[in-house]
Amino acid sequence: MSKEITFTFNGNRMTARVEDHWTLLHFIREELGYTGTKEGCGSGECGACTVIVDGAAVNSCLYLTVELDGRSLMTIEGLAAADGSLHPLQKAFVEHGGIQCGFCSPGMILSAKALLDENPAASDEDIRTAIAGNLCRCTGYIQIIDSIKSVRGEAPEGPRVVAWRDEER
Amino acid sequence: MRNFTYLVPRSLNEAISMHESRRGRAKYIAGGTDVLVKMKEGKLAPDGLISLRHIIGQDRPFLNTETGELYIGAFMTHRSIERSPLVQHRYPVLHDAVKNIGSVQIRNVATIGGNLVNAVPSADGAIPLIALDGKAHIYGAKGYRLIDLARFFLGPGQCDLQGAEILTEIIIPPLSPRTGGAYVKHGRREAMELPMLGVGVLLSLEADLTTCAKARVCLGVAAPTPFRAREAEAYLTGRPVTEETLSEAGRIAAGESRVRDSIRGVAWYRREMVGVLVKRMGMLALERAKKRNE
Repeated sequence: MSKEITFTFNGNRMTARVEDHWTLLHFIREELGYTGTKEGCGSGECGACTVIVDGAAVNSCLYLTVELDGRSLMTIEGLAAADGSLHPLQKAFVEHGGIQCGFCSPGMILSAKALLDENPAASDEDIRTAIAGNLCRCTGYIQIIDSIKSVRGEAPEGPRVVAWRDEER
Repeated sequence: MRNFTYLVPRSLNEAISMHESRRGRAKYIAGGTDVLVKMKEGKLAPDGLISLRHIIGQDRPFLNTETGELYIGAFMTHRSIERSPLVQHRYPVLHDAVKNIGSVQIRNVATIGGNLVNAVPSADGAIPLIALDGKAHIYGAKGYRLIDLARFFLGPGQCDLQGAEILTEIIIPPLSPRTGGAYVKHGRREAMELPMLGVGVLLSLEADLTTCAKARVCLGVAAPTPFRAREAEAYLTGRPVTEETLSEAGRIAAGESRVRDSIRGVAWYRREMVGVLVKRMGMLALERAKKRNE
């Protein structure tokens, strides 16, 4: 069965005919063609597929597209400005070494965005809780947490990224 | 995932008639974070999914201020329970549990009712609700029935729901005065993990703020279903609540548990930790009961 749904995608109103069994992840990547949203585990464990629906971070791999009807969807492609300039969170991830292979980054950034949109003065613990469902196998999380803290308006302690690179090489 | 039809009833009666007309070939879905994983794994392959997400506006807990009863809609997400100031302040034992279920992404969609009807031995949501003497409000073709949540769980993955019945609400009876509770999920990390052990303790004190008037000691993953360690509860009742009596209650509860070896932990360690955590949660419950009296 298929249904017609109307929703907002990264700020634009859209109507689409979708199959009942499509996950939102499938819809975003395979039907809309936006591949910033990643599939890691496919079972809600890793958070690579995180998107924001009506302001809340959700795992798109466990969200049925039909449930998007009447709602608003934001993917990582919706963050940068029209002229291509990066969102402050994206800039922070670049500046603080919060990105290495990049696979977890869209999900991480969107989890952080959902948190900061709701609570711009998030505590360190709030940040850790918000990204607890996003696995990163490269950075060790410290740089990611530093990136998010910097946007919150608090400087991270010390140049951890540089120190780590010096030791490794 | 293979194809299926997604049905969106607007009322409980409509949901039930959809379920009955499909004669076992359809399954209810709420948040979907368990159902969809099982379907992806091929463990479930229904022809239809009947969504419970659009049924009623049960999107916040409701406290009946006349009777003191708390109503928790089964279709509430863990996140909405977690963020309810009412739950945070009056029912910290429940807040302790829901704030660590899955991740934010999971809690934003997964429902408390879904957590309960899955009936896994580790159901984090169940333990505090049993400790609070919660009752399950179940709706079916023959009308409503109400059963103690402690009796809702029949075995791993099995709960007391027949045919097209739907768990609609959990009802928490009025809290006794001077009551405090605490829950801990024991595991290697807080988030994204099923507990190796779940321990919830609820204590109601006499006016002297020392003697235990009522005790609930509830354990998850310590038996095939969530259960109450009734001997430990009976031991505490009428005794002063101290580190010593809580240690003894923990020892008794460990004896009552039917722990086993599994991928997340071995039986002897689980049994030891029942003792440790019953005491620890008992002390926290005591502190909270005193604080509530201030």
